[in-house]
Amino acid sequence: MSALQTPLLEAKNIDKFFFNPTETQVLKKVSFQIRRGEFVSVVGKSGCGKSTLLYILSTMDTDYKGQLSLDGELISGRSADYLSKLRNEKIGFVFQFHYLLNEFSVLENVMIPGLKLGKYSRQELEHRALEKLRIFDMEDHARKKANQLSGGQKQRVAIARALINDPLLIMGDEPTGNLDKKNSDIVYNKFKELAADFGQTMLIVTHDPEFAEGTDRIIEMEDGRVIRQ
Amino acid sequence: MKWGLIIEIAKALMLARRKQTIIAATGVLFSITMFVALLGFMNGLNSMLDGLVINRTPHIRFYNEIRPNPNQPIDQSERFGESLNIIRSIKPSTGRLAIYNSEAIMRSLEADPRVLGISPKISAQVFFNVGTIDLTGIVNGIAVEKEAELFAFSDYITAGDYGDLNQTNTIILGKGAADRMLADIGDVIQVTTAQGSRLQLKVVGYYQSGLGDFDNVNSYASLATVQKMLGEPASYVTDIQVKLHDLDQAPAMARELAGIFQIDADDIQTVNAQFETGTSIRTMISYAVGITLLVVSGFGIYNILNMMIYEKLDTIAILKAIGFDSRDINRIFITIALAIGFVGGALGLLFGFLAGLGIDQIPFETEALPTIKTFPVDYNPKYYLIGGTFSLITTYFAGFFPARKASGVDPVEIIRGK
Repeated sequence: MSALQTPLLEAKNIDKFFFNPTETQVLKKVSFQIRRGEFVSVVGKSGCGKSTLLYILSTMDTDYKGQLSLDGELISGRSADYLSKLRNEKIGFVFQFHYLLNEFSVLENVMIPGLKLGKYSRQELEHRALEKLRIFDMEDHARKKANQLSGGQKQRVAIARALINDPLLIMGDEPTGNLDKKNSDIVYNKFKELAADFGQTMLIVTHDPEFAEGTDRIIEMEDGRVIRQ
Repeated sequence: MKWGLIIEIAKALMLARRKQTIIAATGVLFSITMFVALLGFMNGLNSMLDGLVINRTPHIRFYNEIRPNPNQPIDQSERFGESLNIIRSIKPSTGRLAIYNSEAIMRSLEADPRVLGISPKISAQVFFNVGTIDLTGIVNGIAVEKEAELFAFSDYITAGDYGDLNQTNTIILGKGAADRMLADIGDVIQVTTAQGSRLQLKVVGYYQSGLGDFDNVNSYASLATVQKMLGEPASYVTDIQVKLHDLDQAPAMARELAGIFQIDADDIQTVNAQFETGTSIRTMISYAVGITLLVVSGFGIYNILNMMIYEKLDTIAILKAIGFDSRDINRIFITIALAIGFVGGALGLLFGFLAGLGIDQIPFETEALPTIKTFPVDYNPKYYLIGGTFSLITTYFAGFFPARKASGVDPVEIIRGK
């Protein structure tokens, strides 16, 4: 099997329980694969476990049963420090509530994961960060503080930040969920652009059917199970 | 690990909560200032008070004590050697106060590498004849230059020049004695020794130690003057005062040399034990107060960091989500705590030094302490070192638990909980 055909992300029989207030199984034997270059959306009613699944896939939540492999490497059961490194290098994350660091400028926000990775020098990173911002037409705002931006602008910066280390995979938890129609469209178009122009692998959780329509593949969940993929 | 990035993030977090950070640093600054100023002042006073006695006291004093011979003839007899001999009413044999073979002893002491210097002394009981009244007193015959060099003699001369003592038949009177005799500098007073000889001495100065009783009785003249007064030869010496390089060796050396020279020896620790105790207790109290101040400011930092972490949960969660591990988060908050400690501590040391300079300017004049004009302050770098170190240690511990809490934040909980 050549590298291209190895699934980038593979989940096998993922089970997840919540114990508070009573034991509830939120994910039941969830299994699927994502290949390189795919633009996948996960849809389902709220409470169906799609966000929970995403946080497990993102390696931030380690409290689950089952096996998870990223880039052919089994990552279930690895140490938290190792997973942090992995997250830094291979996974970009976009949240519903944009979550920029308000203490830093837009440019610094984009640069921080790169500085943490330490692969490039500061000058190179600055150059790369500006490039990423240019994709989202945000380079004019590079010197502003993060809290001076509008919601849509913040979300675009957050996507630029997710891209800074050229991750294998970008994950999004309802990235357009908190935006108005106009900004939501801009962000949506940027995701489309990333998929089309850069062949970026992306896994986006959404409840926006329009958004899901535009992706390569839709994984539909209901009641903790994948019912269609 | 990339400390540059951690410091950068720590700095940004501190600047975002500038007021709180400044308040926390001010807390440290205040406590370090107080710590350094308090210890400096306390120890300045301590060393001044100790100096009153210790500077003037020889580390070892050799002398002959008049006492009954412990080695009575009956103990030496073979017949009664084994029995319990009781002799009543023993009297001291005719001993003399002078030290036998004093010159040889002084030579061997001077050759001893542990000895800083020696100064021979004669203590003579006299009467000062004032009109029809006789005042008792002690005239100390001293080697003037040695006494000034080793025992700060010149510090206590409040009027006149101690060098004038080198002329024969001159005396420096204790201030109390001079006041009672109404003797001015330049006056001639009459002295009668215990043996009955009389001598006219010219007053060339006043001596004031700060201990009133001492100044009422003690006066000073040169060795030669006192030897002449007593009608004794130039080798006549009743005390040999020794100053050592290391004061702590005094008790052991006193025991050792007393055996070798067959003479009585007192060491400074035995004679002045109470001063040591007083000093160490005062020092202990000032350390306790200073460290209490620091601990209180540590709680301030703890509080502020805890609040900062509560406010910055989002930031911590996002940092973790983009790949910072718990150790990085821990380091960020420890860095914040240490930065507050370092800046507050450094400024505290500076202000503490300035406070010391300020205290040093406050006039403090008292009859008892002729050489002191302002409050004494000790600028020993030791206190600055301790203050600086403690500021870092307390802030580290104040940051330790908040930092651990921050590093344990579960990003999923924060991000999903919104």
